[in-house]
Amino acid sequence: MPQRPHPAASPPPSPQGGGEGAAPPVLRLSGVTKRFGPLLANDAISFELARGEVVALLGENGAGKTTLMNILFGHYVADEGAVEVFGKPLPPGDPRAALEAGIGMVHQHFTLAENMTVLENIALGTQGFLNWKLDRIGARERIEKLSWEFGLAVDPAARVASLSVGERQRVEILKALYRDARILILDEPTAVLTPAETDALFATLKLLVGQGLSIIFISHKLNEVMSVSDRVLVLRSGRLAGERVTAGTSRSELAALMVGQEVVSPPVPPPEPGQLQLVLNAVSTARRGAGVTLDRISLSLRGGEITGLAGVSGNGQAALAALISGVEAPASGEIIVRGNLAKNWSPRAALSAGIGRIPEDRHAVGTIGDMSVTENVIAERYRTSRFSRRGFLDWRAARKFAEEIIADYDVKCPSPEARIRLLSGGNMQKLILGRALDSAPSVILANQPTRGLDVGAVGYVHGKLLEARARGAAILLISEDLEEILALSDRIIVMSKGRLSAASPRGERTVAQLGALMAGHDMEAA
Amino acid sequence: MEALDILLTASFWVAAIRIASPLIFATMGELICERAGVLNLGIEGIMTAGAFAGWFTVYAGGDLWTGVLVAALAGAMFGLLHATLTVPLGLSQHVVGIGVTLLATSLTYFTYRLALPEVTSPPKIEPFQPLPIPGLSDIPVVGPALFNQTPLTYLAFLTVALTAWVLYRTPLGLAIRAAGENPSAVEAQGISVTAIRMGAVMAGSALMAVGGAFLTMSAFNSFFFEMINGRGWICIALVVFGSWRPGKALIGAILFAAFDAYQVRLQQLSGGVVPYQIFLMMPYALSILALILVARRATYPKALMVPYQKGER
Amino acid sequence: MRVEPKPAPSFAVTLLYPVAAIALTFAITALLVLAAGASPFSVFHLVWKGAAGSQFALLETLTRATPLIFTGLAVAVAFRAKLWNIGAEAQLYMGAVVTVVLGTGALPLPAFLLIPIIVIVAMAAGGVLLLGPAVLKTRFGVDEVVTTLLLNFIVLLFVSMLLEGPLKDPMGLGWPQSPKVIADAQLPRIVQGKRLHYGFVMALVSALVVWVIMKKTVLGYEMRAVGHNQQAASFAGVPVNSVLMKTALLSGGLAALAGFSEVSGLKGNLTLDLSPGYGYTGIVVAMLAMLNPIGVVASAIFVAGIFVGADAMSRSAGVPSYIADVMVATALLTMVVAILFTRYRLRWK
Repeated sequence: MPQRPHPAASPPPSPQGGGEGAAPPVLRLSGVTKRFGPLLANDAISFELARGEVVALLGENGAGKTTLMNILFGHYVADEGAVEVFGKPLPPGDPRAALEAGIGMVHQHFTLAENMTVLENIALGTQGFLNWKLDRIGARERIEKLSWEFGLAVDPAARVASLSVGERQRVEILKALYRDARILILDEPTAVLTPAETDALFATLKLLVGQGLSIIFISHKLNEVMSVSDRVLVLRSGRLAGERVTAGTSRSELAALMVGQEVVSPPVPPPEPGQLQLVLNAVSTARRGAGVTLDRISLSLRGGEITGLAGVSGNGQAALAALISGVEAPASGEIIVRGNLAKNWSPRAALSAGIGRIPEDRHAVGTIGDMSVTENVIAERYRTSRFSRRGFLDWRAARKFAEEIIADYDVKCPSPEARIRLLSGGNMQKLILGRALDSAPSVILANQPTRGLDVGAVGYVHGKLLEARARGAAILLISEDLEEILALSDRIIVMSKGRLSAASPRGERTVAQLGALMAGHDMEAA
Repeated sequence: MEALDILLTASFWVAAIRIASPLIFATMGELICERAGVLNLGIEGIMTAGAFAGWFTVYAGGDLWTGVLVAALAGAMFGLLHATLTVPLGLSQHVVGIGVTLLATSLTYFTYRLALPEVTSPPKIEPFQPLPIPGLSDIPVVGPALFNQTPLTYLAFLTVALTAWVLYRTPLGLAIRAAGENPSAVEAQGISVTAIRMGAVMAGSALMAVGGAFLTMSAFNSFFFEMINGRGWICIALVVFGSWRPGKALIGAILFAAFDAYQVRLQQLSGGVVPYQIFLMMPYALSILALILVARRATYPKALMVPYQKGER
Repeated sequence: MRVEPKPAPSFAVTLLYPVAAIALTFAITALLVLAAGASPFSVFHLVWKGAAGSQFALLETLTRATPLIFTGLAVAVAFRAKLWNIGAEAQLYMGAVVTVVLGTGALPLPAFLLIPIIVIVAMAAGGVLLLGPAVLKTRFGVDEVVTTLLLNFIVLLFVSMLLEGPLKDPMGLGWPQSPKVIADAQLPRIVQGKRLHYGFVMALVSALVVWVIMKKTVLGYEMRAVGHNQQAASFAGVPVNSVLMKTALLSGGLAALAGFSEVSGLKGNLTLDLSPGYGYTGIVVAMLAMLNPIGVVASAIFVAGIFVGADAMSRSAGVPSYIADVMVATALLTMVVAILFTRYRLRWK
């Protein structure tokens, strides 16, 4: 079957000069603005991308990076501004037009259908719907050629469900290349990769640039941005806060641009370790679905201490969090809370054992979107005598509690009766924090507590965790953000493939050593 | 061994295939909807509407194939209603499906009464006649069962092959399967999830309606109230039983129909010792049992019943 | 096009949406009336007269509303916890069977004991019937929509078997009907000589009780939490499975009361046409009421009025009475759209 003629496949205008930036832009954004209600997600953003250039888009979570790229790819429509690709205006809100103009996007959350093969995922949408037969042979040849050319090894006949995260990312990149993408956008591509996989990805990117592709690399990790990009655009609260040639800048300058001021790590006084609060003794969990299970995990948490759990996403953190929060019961092994063996482990048992839980997903797990703020804050304690008697709820007490949390935790919301869905992410997280911490739990499980929050809210959450530490709580901080772990933790444990490394006190292991552990090396020796 | 001898008679298998035919159409229809991510509980009403539309077209003077076409169109229209509410608006597929069933059924009855105000016994039409396939229909047992049926039964089997081919061998099928598994994969490749899902629901609903029309135009020759009698719900169970695969669902439908044909014959054999209602209950009970057996290892299309909005991941 | 959440509108505005839905329903129905060659105005006027134009009409509407309040409550309770009970029809018949089994003389007790016993056993029977699908849902992951629907057919055949067997009325001239329940098992009439019976009062009390359960009790809170977000409810410590079991018992029990009240208050015996689809219509009643128990009373009376009025209208105007079913189904669909727009809005880009 003949390939569809491709506008981007025609040779782009020849470079006029030798140096970087002198080439005509393959992509030009002018004054792109996007609002979500009162929130200004992108504020008049303009920039250009040259042929063969890697531009890093750097910014905190919530700075507007992903929104901008979604506008570029046609998932969202900008309120103002225009996008030009190879000098031609790009019709807004049309992913198909973006694809045809030569834009390829590797989303942070992969857009693959797991029930289909690699080939089927890549061929999806590339052959006309009027064809009576999918051209598998042609597709296979093209995929094999591309994988060989760019070092993207993957079996076209494999079902996506059986692939590792790294392989899935390769499929995503192949999807873009298969459609002759000239501009490749990668949204936080390393968040799910081990350091070694990250290196392989960077090698592939070099090859692509060598072929004249242009790359936009979205990240909030300074070291990666420094090593992979030619130029850095820094986004801060929706605005373009600065633009630097990578060779002429430094990590600290970028960090300052990103946050708006010099990064100040929260002051962390030396720990005063107290009693053992929670002990996991050789705990394993049963296999459920495709997730990583826990394999004879042992872990001790002391009062007055923050234990940071580092690791690449998908290495069993979810299972460990589910276990400690009571959602999952151990298949074998013991959970010991302050010397007492826990039985009939459940969310309710975890709560009554004094474990405060901050779940990873605020929307799906932390809150009930269509219920009110009041109904949400009492969710963990509605059965206690404070909020109910003989099966009847005391709404007055509940509302009073909600008002207290709103005041104490500085939550901005119209009223305790408002549906929680209408709150911003930061305010939602503050309510969850209030719900979990108000009863002064002796153990706190904080699973990705700052993901997707703006800088102010992140500082607030960190402050509250440190306050709890000061009053003697044992805290387990699970985060994929190594910098967060390094800033807050008194001791660091690395999780890989469902197993834990030994704990190391603050400052003992270097980032490189932690990276090696995250990749699963030396798990026994460490 | 009389009870087992039944299984060897040609008439038994002829009946089984006849009973299976409407189920095959409607099961393929439901399967297409669900593969795209939409549970279509309008099936029972859409079958009713199809049964009436096909029959009435012929009663009013149209030819049989025009009747089938009109039934399919009527089904597609109800599919459009269902899809508009569940796909772009993302309303509960449960509630909308029940609503479409109630609406399609009541509109059908209303139209029937409007068109035939005075009749007491439903008028008859000249239905599809068996079309023996030369040579093949002479094979013992298998011949009459598979190759001496009405053209609509042949069409039912053709539909299964066509559904399987489209889903697994064509670019369109990729998009349908992906829409039911991970709609963002469809959108990221520049295809509209809304269009794929709405199209699938309309096509699936058309097939359901043809399944209904089989009853009035091939199995029987007139339209009765409540003649679908839960067949739509059984087809939903058959889709689960068939693990959302056309071939397995076909086997399920034939097994089910064979059982149904068998219970009718057992009923005659039992000579009234066992109440006939027990036999009539069996198909429904069997459906529930089948659901229990497969539920644990069923791999649902992951996005089934999950509404999708553009730009959502 | 996107569907986005919006802040809750004021209570008055919230009421506007259902009104618009009903108006749209009337408009659509008017088209069908025109197609039938009649004048919509005179037809709707006749429906109104037939439903509320006289004391007789009004009492008839309330009588017809009684089972619909029960089934509407049953559906409202179940749907609130996202337990998709489409089997109220079967649960209704279970309640009726229990009423006949216990009420035809098997328990020679005075009315003040007999009726409460029948009510409790009937509710238990209806509840247990829904417990089956609820257990299959929680333990095996079997979709309860299909199982409750299939059970409707099984139970109706079961009733048919009983009516031709053990429960057959020996004086029934061969018709499949049960004997009449004894006087002590009958609910008295509210107005002597009219059909409206104390089942209606029971229905009103039930609506109030369900409202209290949903708004004021721990169970109601748990049911709403499970219905809105099962995962989050479970995380917060709500015992999801046990809440679903309790919901099933309550919902099935309420539907069974419809069967009890029809037999004990109105018909006196059990036949296969005891319910002309009250179980299914209960879904519409509940959705029109936006699952609010007090609203169920209003919407049941509205729906009953349409049915009663359409019966009277079709006798005089010649438009098939199935117009009522069409209206009710249309109202369901317009209403779910209206409910969507009270909380969400469309954005076209």
